Amino acid sequence: MAVSESQVDELVPRQELKTLSPGKTKRTTFGIGLIKGLGITLRHMLTPAVTVQYPDESAPLPPRSRGIIALKEENCTVCMLCARECPDWCIYIEGHKEARESVGGKRAKKFNVLDRFAIDYALCMYCGICVEVCPYDALFWGQLDNYSEHDVTQLTHEMEQLNQWMYQVPPPEELEIGAMGPAVKPAAGPPAAGVEKEGA
Amino acid sequence: MADALGNGYVQLGLKMSVLLILLPATLVLGWVELKIGAHMQARLGPMYPGGFHGWAQTLADGIKFVLKENIIPRNADRSVFALVPYVTMLGAALIFVVIPAGRNLVIEDLEVGVFYVLAASSVGVIGILMAGWSSANKYSLMGALRAAAQLIAYELPLVLAAAAVAMMAGSLSLVDIVEAQKSIEIAGFYIPFLPFQIVGFIIFLTAATAELTRPPFDMPVAEAELITGAFTEYTGIRFAFSLFAAEYISMIGLAAFGATLFLGGYAPPHSALEFIPGIVWLLLKTLTILFLLIWVRWTYPRLREDQLQKFAWKFLIPLSLVNIFATGALKLTPWI
Amino acid sequence: MSTLIPTTDRWLREARLAGDATLRTEEMVLNIGPQHPATHGVLRVVVTLDGEKIVEGTPVVGYMHRGHEKLFEQRDFRQITNLCSRMDWLSGLNNEIPASIAVERLMELEVPRRATYLRVIMAEINRILNHLMFTGSFGLELGATTPVMYAFRERELLQSAMELATGGRLHFGFIRPGGLKEDVPRGFVDLALRGIRQLQKAIPDYEDLLMGNEIFKARTVGVGVLDPDLALEYGVSGPILRGSGIPYDVRKAEPYLNYDEFDFNIPVGTNGDSFDRYWVLIQEMKESAKIVEQALLDLPAGSHIGQVPKRLTIPKGAIWAKAENPLGELGYYIVSDGEAKPYRMKARTPSFNNISVVPHMLRGAYVPDMVAILGSMFFVVGDIDR
Repeated sequence: MAVSESQVDELVPRQELKTLSPGKTKRTTFGIGLIKGLGITLRHMLTPAVTVQYPDESAPLPPRSRGIIALKEENCTVCMLCARECPDWCIYIEGHKEARESVGGKRAKKFNVLDRFAIDYALCMYCGICVEVCPYDALFWGQLDNYSEHDVTQLTHEMEQLNQWMYQVPPPEELEIGAMGPAVKPAAGPPAAGVEKEGA
Repeated sequence: MADALGNGYVQLGLKMSVLLILLPATLVLGWVELKIGAHMQARLGPMYPGGFHGWAQTLADGIKFVLKENIIPRNADRSVFALVPYVTMLGAALIFVVIPAGRNLVIEDLEVGVFYVLAASSVGVIGILMAGWSSANKYSLMGALRAAAQLIAYELPLVLAAAAVAMMAGSLSLVDIVEAQKSIEIAGFYIPFLPFQIVGFIIFLTAATAELTRPPFDMPVAEAELITGAFTEYTGIRFAFSLFAAEYISMIGLAAFGATLFLGGYAPPHSALEFIPGIVWLLLKTLTILFLLIWVRWTYPRLREDQLQKFAWKFLIPLSLVNIFATGALKLTPWI
Repeated sequence: MSTLIPTTDRWLREARLAGDATLRTEEMVLNIGPQHPATHGVLRVVVTLDGEKIVEGTPVVGYMHRGHEKLFEQRDFRQITNLCSRMDWLSGLNNEIPASIAVERLMELEVPRRATYLRVIMAEINRILNHLMFTGSFGLELGATTPVMYAFRERELLQSAMELATGGRLHFGFIRPGGLKEDVPRGFVDLALRGIRQLQKAIPDYEDLLMGNEIFKARTVGVGVLDPDLALEYGVSGPILRGSGIPYDVRKAEPYLNYDEFDFNIPVGTNGDSFDRYWVLIQEMKESAKIVEQALLDLPAGSHIGQVPKRLTIPKGAIWAKAENPLGELGYYIVSDGEAKPYRMKARTPSFNNISVVPHMLRGAYVPDMVAILGSMFFVVGDIDR
């Protein structure tokens, strides 16, 4: 090898490194490999296939699968956070302010009323930031994977459709054993031993 | 029955019927290959066209090819380009002239049957060469030249492997070869040439795979390097005929030839099974060889052209010469 | 040392001197790509051929440039995470990790131990997914159509484990500065373990079907030898560098996350041919499976994300953070001027450096070797052009 040892040592501390080497695997085996290969394909031919026959049956989607974004219209306050946070700006929101009598209140309060909420699924990159940032739980991921259209403009779905898709939203699922949610202020949080400083 | 067979017109009709089954046979073989390959890859393969396990998949493919636009590139040599499907198909179909499906059920029992098959099978490669030259495409040209090199390298072991069988039988006629295999009989079992010619059989299979330009010797049509090589510019029905149909027909032809040479052709395995027509036995034996070809195809990667040449000239040809010497020695031993 | 910019001059002169004066042959220029099955993506290689022999081959990149680095400047870090995973689409999670590490170091965020463990688990599963893809497609390029199908079978279970946790199959978008987007759902550990066990059972099949095959050996041993000197000069990293015999792995050299707590080996090739690179890939899958197994079995309880302010503003400064992407060393250099968006974010992607050395390897090879070389250089076009 033309590389000097010091050059390699600069990159890697040698002493604690366990390495593997191909060794004998490179040598020719005079046709044994060819026969073994035939054996493997024959074995697979005689065992059942593992594929799923898609249009007839489909593999179940996990609860978190990012299929469609459903809108719970009542919860939306037209705060525009989702539209602003969307990396490719595919959410269109229109709304107006409306004065409404509040129960027991003296003055009419101003509310935001949602006129239009549309998502262009041709642009959407399914990152889920809108669902994450929504402060009033108006957006949800739903399970749906076959809503292709013949025309790209048909992929912009309006409020009615997004509302309908609320039926595709799975119930919240259980977390894996040991999950504790996000860390909170040290006073009420997990013991300090469980948290390790990262990096540096 | 015997009278009817003796009638020239009936004979001609029977002979023509062989040609009529060739095209459907390619469709069936194409489907079989798709299914076997899929199952070897832990898949199911086509399942929908036609209903039962996608039996009409290749038929649908064929119809699709017919409906596709037939493009001839502007710089192509038009007449040669258009002639290619005929040449490749002709070479493939000619093999069947001498394959016997029964003692008398053969289109022409040529005296030089073995060499006729070997000559006819190499016509297809000329088709590839024509396709490569006429396409005005660099990939096609490389594919064609590879095919030509391959033809030269693999014709010889194929001939030598067949020659050993001809030595065993003492004749070049395919009917005589089968009859010679029927004459080796132990307790009613007909012993084919395979046990005596096992080396020859392996050489034959290898060389036939190369002749058919199938993996692992599919360099002329290498998908990943040359994008189907000589047939890059072919579209529509021309593509289907010059690549798929020709490949499958010559595959069946060479497999039937191999079955005749090494597995006893139309001869049944036991004299008690004579009542089943010879064509059934020929078909079964052909299918066995076809399965071997398909099995190899879905298992191995492809070789490199220079490695193939080395393999042919430095290993296969010496081996087949040794095989011929061994066969000669076998013929001279008194107890056979 | 042949580190000059590739040039045909010497080759042409030699060819003319050696050739017969009356019988003149010409080199043929062949455009391979941008649409070609061997370049899996839109890489273009312009090769000058002398018969089947390659006189010179130059990769032409840029057909897939999407301006990621400029996009980064207009996005905050939650969005950047999702953009990062689209550079090298086969190993999305591994792309996200160094970006988050860079932010965490600048902001001095603490990452909970559970989050670090989960990051390691998912990064290694993602590494296996990536390696399975390349081991399979390498077989495909050499004409063996079966290994890729088996690889996809094993991918499926691991892929669904990742899908269960993140909801995505390719672009996970699961890493956030300070931890993870959310904790993994019940059943993730079981599913991931099942996937790993299935993989461990299947790897001998890959070894027998392709690696032990004499035809495969004939095609790869001694083909596309990458000199370690040259590899270092071009900044080649990852399995390709290790295939050339240099045991450099960021996970060992400068451990990030908590890789120093796991027991794994570094496979190192002998002379840097295509076979060695393929072998390294297969071995790395085994080692990654070992890491995932260890991490899954002692996954600590805890939080999935540390204390992160609602609005991430990155303090002024610059930082360089790197990680071992499945294809090599991936690093981000972030310059921040104290806002939510980075002032400049440079990505050092492994595929770009790895593909840069290809002209030296193509010289003198045959056309089929080109396929073996490109297939064993393990590149993702999105990672080259980004």
